[in-house]
Amino acid sequence: MASNEKLIATIDGNEAAAYVAYRVNEVCAIYPITPSSTMAELADEWAAKGTKNIWGHVPDVMEMQSEGGAAGTVHGALQTGSLTTTFTASQGLMLMLPNMYKIAGELTPAVFHVAARSLAAQGLSIFGDHQDVMAARTTGFAMLSSASVQEAHDMALIAQAATMRSRIPFIHFFDGFRTSHEVSKIELIPEDVMRSMIPDDLLFAHRSRALNPDNPFIRGTAQNPDVYFQGRETVNNFYTATPGIVHGVMQEFAQHTGRKYELYEYYGAADADRVMIIMGSGGETAAETAAALNATGEKTGVLLIRLYRPFDMDYFIKALPVTVQSIAVLDRTKEPGASGEPLFQDVLASLVQAFQQGMLAQLPRLIGGRYGLSSKEWTPAMVKAVFDELKKVKPKNHFTIGINDDVSHTSLSYDPSYTLDESGWRQALFFGLGADGTVGANKNSIKIIGENTPMYGQGYFVYDSKKSGARTVSHLRFGKNPIKAPYLVSQADFIACHQFNFTEKVEMLSFAKPGAIFLINSPFSKDEVWNNLPGNVQQTIIDKQIKVYVIDATTVARENGMGTRINTIMQTCFFALAEVLPKEEAIAEIKHAIEKTYSKKGRAIVEKNFQAVDATLDHLHQVTIPATATAATASLQSVSSNAPEFVKSVIGPMLAGHGDELPVSAISIDGTWPSATTQYEKRNISDLVPIWEPDLCIQCGNCSFVCPHSVIRAKFYHEEYLAKAPEGFKSAPINARGFPETKYTLEVYLEDCTGCTLCVDACPASDPNDRSKKAINMADKAPILETEKASIEYFENIPWNDRSRINFSTVHGAQFLEPLFEFSGACAGCGETPYLKLLTQLFGDRLLVANATGCSSIYGGNLPTTPWAKNKDGQGPAWSNSLFEDNAEFGLGMRITADKQFEMAETMLRELAPTVGEDLANSIIDAPQEMESEVVAQRARVKELKSILRTKEDSLSRQLLSVADQLVKRSVWLVGGDGWAYDIGYGGLDHVLASGRNVNVIVLDTEVYSNTGGQSSKSTPTAATAKFAAAGKQVGKKDLAMQAISYGNVYVARVAFGANPQQALLAMREAAAYDGPSLILAYSHCIAHGYDLKDGLNQQTKAVHSGYWPLLRYNPMLRRKKLNPFVLDSQRPTMGMKDYAYNELRYKVLVNSNPEQAERLMNLAQEFVNLRWKNYEEMATKSASDFMPIA
Amino acid sequence: MNLSTNYLGIKLESPVVVSACTLSEDISNVLRMEDAGAGAVVMFSLFEEQIRQDAARYDAISQSTNNLFAEASDFFPSMDDYHVGPYEYLEKIRQAKARTSLPIIGSLNGITNEGWIEYAKLIEEAGADALEVNIFFIPADIHSTGEDVERRYIDIVKAIRKSVRIPIAVKLSPYFSAIGNMARRLYEEGANGLVLFNRFYQPDFDIQQLKVLPNLQYSEASEIRLPLLWLAILHGRVPVSLAATSGVNSEIEVIKYLLAGADVAMTASTLYRNGIDYITVMNHGIRNWMKAKGFESIQAFKGAMSQQNISDPTAYERANYIKILESKR
Repeated sequence: MASNEKLIATIDGNEAAAYVAYRVNEVCAIYPITPSSTMAELADEWAAKGTKNIWGHVPDVMEMQSEGGAAGTVHGALQTGSLTTTFTASQGLMLMLPNMYKIAGELTPAVFHVAARSLAAQGLSIFGDHQDVMAARTTGFAMLSSASVQEAHDMALIAQAATMRSRIPFIHFFDGFRTSHEVSKIELIPEDVMRSMIPDDLLFAHRSRALNPDNPFIRGTAQNPDVYFQGRETVNNFYTATPGIVHGVMQEFAQHTGRKYELYEYYGAADADRVMIIMGSGGETAAETAAALNATGEKTGVLLIRLYRPFDMDYFIKALPVTVQSIAVLDRTKEPGASGEPLFQDVLASLVQAFQQGMLAQLPRLIGGRYGLSSKEWTPAMVKAVFDELKKVKPKNHFTIGINDDVSHTSLSYDPSYTLDESGWRQALFFGLGADGTVGANKNSIKIIGENTPMYGQGYFVYDSKKSGARTVSHLRFGKNPIKAPYLVSQADFIACHQFNFTEKVEMLSFAKPGAIFLINSPFSKDEVWNNLPGNVQQTIIDKQIKVYVIDATTVARENGMGTRINTIMQTCFFALAEVLPKEEAIAEIKHAIEKTYSKKGRAIVEKNFQAVDATLDHLHQVTIPATATAATASLQSVSSNAPEFVKSVIGPMLAGHGDELPVSAISIDGTWPSATTQYEKRNISDLVPIWEPDLCIQCGNCSFVCPHSVIRAKFYHEEYLAKAPEGFKSAPINARGFPETKYTLEVYLEDCTGCTLCVDACPASDPNDRSKKAINMADKAPILETEKASIEYFENIPWNDRSRINFSTVHGAQFLEPLFEFSGACAGCGETPYLKLLTQLFGDRLLVANATGCSSIYGGNLPTTPWAKNKDGQGPAWSNSLFEDNAEFGLGMRITADKQFEMAETMLRELAPTVGEDLANSIIDAPQEMESEVVAQRARVKELKSILRTKEDSLSRQLLSVADQLVKRSVWLVGGDGWAYDIGYGGLDHVLASGRNVNVIVLDTEVYSNTGGQSSKSTPTAATAKFAAAGKQVGKKDLAMQAISYGNVYVARVAFGANPQQALLAMREAAAYDGPSLILAYSHCIAHGYDLKDGLNQQTKAVHSGYWPLLRYNPMLRRKKLNPFVLDSQRPTMGMKDYAYNELRYKVLVNSNPEQAERLMNLAQEFVNLRWKNYEEMATKSASDFMPIA
Repeated sequence: MNLSTNYLGIKLESPVVVSACTLSEDISNVLRMEDAGAGAVVMFSLFEEQIRQDAARYDAISQSTNNLFAEASDFFPSMDDYHVGPYEYLEKIRQAKARTSLPIIGSLNGITNEGWIEYAKLIEEAGADALEVNIFFIPADIHSTGEDVERRYIDIVKAIRKSVRIPIAVKLSPYFSAIGNMARRLYEEGANGLVLFNRFYQPDFDIQQLKVLPNLQYSEASEIRLPLLWLAILHGRVPVSLAATSGVNSEIEVIKYLLAGADVAMTASTLYRNGIDYITVMNHGIRNWMKAKGFESIQAFKGAMSQQNISDPTAYERANYIKILESKR
């Protein structure tokens, strides 16, 4: 393609960067991590499709087991002459650091593309700042920063061209989410420009330096004190030359594309007295604000840093206006304890050196500050506050901006009402749910406008941290010129509310401009809707003269065969009302986009969407606005009134979307957060909820067992409790012998239900007169909510049953155990959480959980609310997440502490026996703690011991008191997904299992990286597709069970709660009882499998019946008793692998895209199943002596 | 001894044809059918609603899992190559054509006009030698008239005829008021062959569970009577190929059908019961019978017992029925 033809695309920053990176490399070694995963996914997809690089080859894209592995592979590929890249962020970059020193030390050209993200410190954050790249600044990599989507595209090439010329490897980075996920209209670089920017000679030079047995040498030697130092200094000239090389490449790039860049680019007044120095997307906001300030007579400027390493003093000083009096350096990072953040220090050092060398006549006043950590907003108002600060005689140094620091008083105040002139844009906000397709439709709208009109579009999407019922806010801007506003929309011309109940829960109209349009998806007609809006919303509409439109999109969708999907309808309304394009043109473009998106999915779907578009405008009506508000103001109550103070004052504002306003003092100093706070949230995300039918119920406990959100609970109690029960409180006589006058109640916590229907599916009882009616059925929530809330409150006050009276060994018994994992944000129908709930029911009061990063750490520990709970005595799981890769080791550490402190406590107790009483001491020391009743008894003894110790003043007593809790034995569980256990944490897991220590591992096996979007792991089965295995997984799933069994002393179980809950329960109890390492592989159905999770239990059953997931237990204790330790809990397969697999899109997709390959792989998968079953069956019939003995 | 016959203008080495059934889903079975001496294979049916359901399911799943949370904008590899459509089916046709020298007949069971046309074209493009149109329609709506049903058949055939060049055989329902007239009209609209008859879904009840049991029984030899009657009546009257289906359990039923005037006899049930290799036994049986009767070719006796050819044509009409009733007295 000729380079003078403009190629326009509307894409996000990740795609912009990957587009180039893929084309100028031969190898990509990848691993998923937010927010960079998309780059790797695209590279993999392009390779799968055969897209070629600029030399006409398809790059080899290799997924690795971790970022450390990816970096090693990059290193090896580079050393043997391939142009190689990788994509990463945050902790991923941390794992690459060791190799980065090597790659730089060996002067190896390469570019790592980084979507810069926060690092896990007091808490993990997936959002954007520069902490990760700043931690890599000492590696010897050059660092080139992009400030926009267009730059992410352009700098990807500039970095590659520069690394080839300089031999210095580059990190090319841009702001995670803000740039990586912003959708924007950009100009693409033609491939011939890429080719000319990377002359073949540079490629040949790289290859000529490669390891080659035909020209052998060694690289990577060990060096001694005599030469290492000198060796380290050999590279200096390369670093000195690099800024000039990058500058030259930028000039060459400008000749090709017309887009001019500088290493340090100055924007603003030529005679500025105040200058802000900044790096990344914040530079655009700063430059636009400076321009606005200068238009009012101020003299400000912004110096945007693009080349951060090597930091070149000459270029830097030359870029500064000579008139500058004071400078503020803005760092999007934090380096605790340093004399200033990194960019500040570089600027300071450069200024001082320049002054010393006479390049500067005087030293400007210099201050530094932090902004924008974890994607905190950086707005024109904040920029102005910094410039205002610089006017002061004594401006605040080491300031923060964007937060209220009421502890160390670093923060600058700012006027949030300050905005730039936004009249050139049409701005829109859309409030929707993750599941309603709002974000997808908006991405589509930007593409429609970006690719079919001369206008520019920008889209940015904000999600909350729940996986079910997640709210989304889409921020869209359109304008005639490129939009340089990397911050959220605060003054919208158009606001759409896609879920009517948001009118009571979310403040939307505070973002409306006067005269804005407010579109509501409403079940109420244009005449009824007004009286159903809260008074405060009505008043704002009147005050701001907002034009209100309604459509019952839900009904239009249903009537036009779109099910619950309202996105196309709401998108049509947007185009009809927002006047971004002429209406007819817009409708035609929507249809064109539908045709493009769905034509391969079948004509019927295209027609259905067309029909919905056509029906939309007939149902869209403007609402007549009365002169006065008529309704009462809704209380935007985000937590229940009985919530503790912290929940009300801190969590409440976070839930209401006001977390940004919380001061530093409101947040814990060390990341500690209270347990058991989801109970106050009451999300009410499902209109359909299960209703219990006491007369039909057989009290089996299945519904409660499978409920992923601990919404269904059972208690039995003396019938006298019914005397004061509220009207509508349901109960039934308990159907067990030996419990006279005892009633049973199954309570459904309706407000916490996600409507998944697994409970209904699990229910075995039905009405003999109407087989479709079960003992639990879904029904509308609204008519029963108030009655049921009273019932729930009453149920809460009935005590939980005495654990020593419950039969722990049955599913029926387990329903009476209090769950201490509740109401999480996991997906509706999640296949993981039932295991965690069961864990807490069985061992919650003494449970320590080490949780690998992943879905379970997000629904388990992502603020604001926490599902890990406490019992009435204040006991409950103590939970922590360290990292992704180290979870086994982290959990082992917990075990070691527990064991050591138990031993210490026991030793001290022996010593103190005469003081605390010999009987008490001996009973504690000798106590068995296997049965629940024994644990309860021990807990009582320890309580008594502690009360005695509290009366003592001696050192030993105080020592013992500090560790006495450990005398109740702790149950240590290591929780994580298959990404952790099979891939990134496998080495650690293997070591921990081999340690022989009493840790229990539960792998919530979804067979992909679920949290980051379904990338293949070594657990992904043959024949299934996944990201990074688009052509179907070729190799078999790793048999982790057999690997662990090979040690002999590891308890191993493979379970599937949906297929055999009893076996899952038994395995958990056996694992906990076994005094050694245990590994439970838990089948976890997942949305990444591609079917409606209401069928999750059926699929689990089919997984077992097909022999794909054979249930087993390997118990070393049986081996010790000279019995066969290998117990196969499954029957022989009764169906083929196909009959199980082809109910899931992950398998089925290959049948449609590559039927031949699908057939081949499915046959292979069946062979694996057959072979494994044969082996297992043989093992199940062997004698004890055929297995490893244990010590 | 020559077992060859002509069906839809295609020369077949045997009158025994495998009817549309799940056995042909596995290509290795098709190879075995060839080895066993089948004259042709009608591939398993492509059901339009299955494709529509697949498409709707894919759409629903991808829509419900896209842009759900900040970390995962979607859960599946890009679906650019994911064509929801009859691709798996077409691939089987291609494979069957590539790996055997058998005539391969596609079988299509549509529900919409567009579906019939689109998939018929694709089946033709995939290399099928002919297309069997399986119009499986139960007029459960009590307002639809016989005329409506007939028009539906005619419209479908008309539409497909315009879209493909390969021969079309229509699998007929036995429940038309005037089968002969229907056969003629279908021929006039472009049908090259008729398959008598479609075995409709006839559910059973489970009286314990009070459930409808949607199972399909294998056909029995006794079921050949109705097709036999109509084959005998139609043979020579409507210039189309005739295929018999239902009740072909052995060479005996094949021979009867051929005598009635069928060009081929189709079977599936007996292959499920006795294995694919049973085709060899059937061919052998036909040969033995022909030898015993002194027929050198199928042509020599095909239609010999048809209404046109027998000495007493009323044997197929009302008078004959009265004769039967009288014999029962």
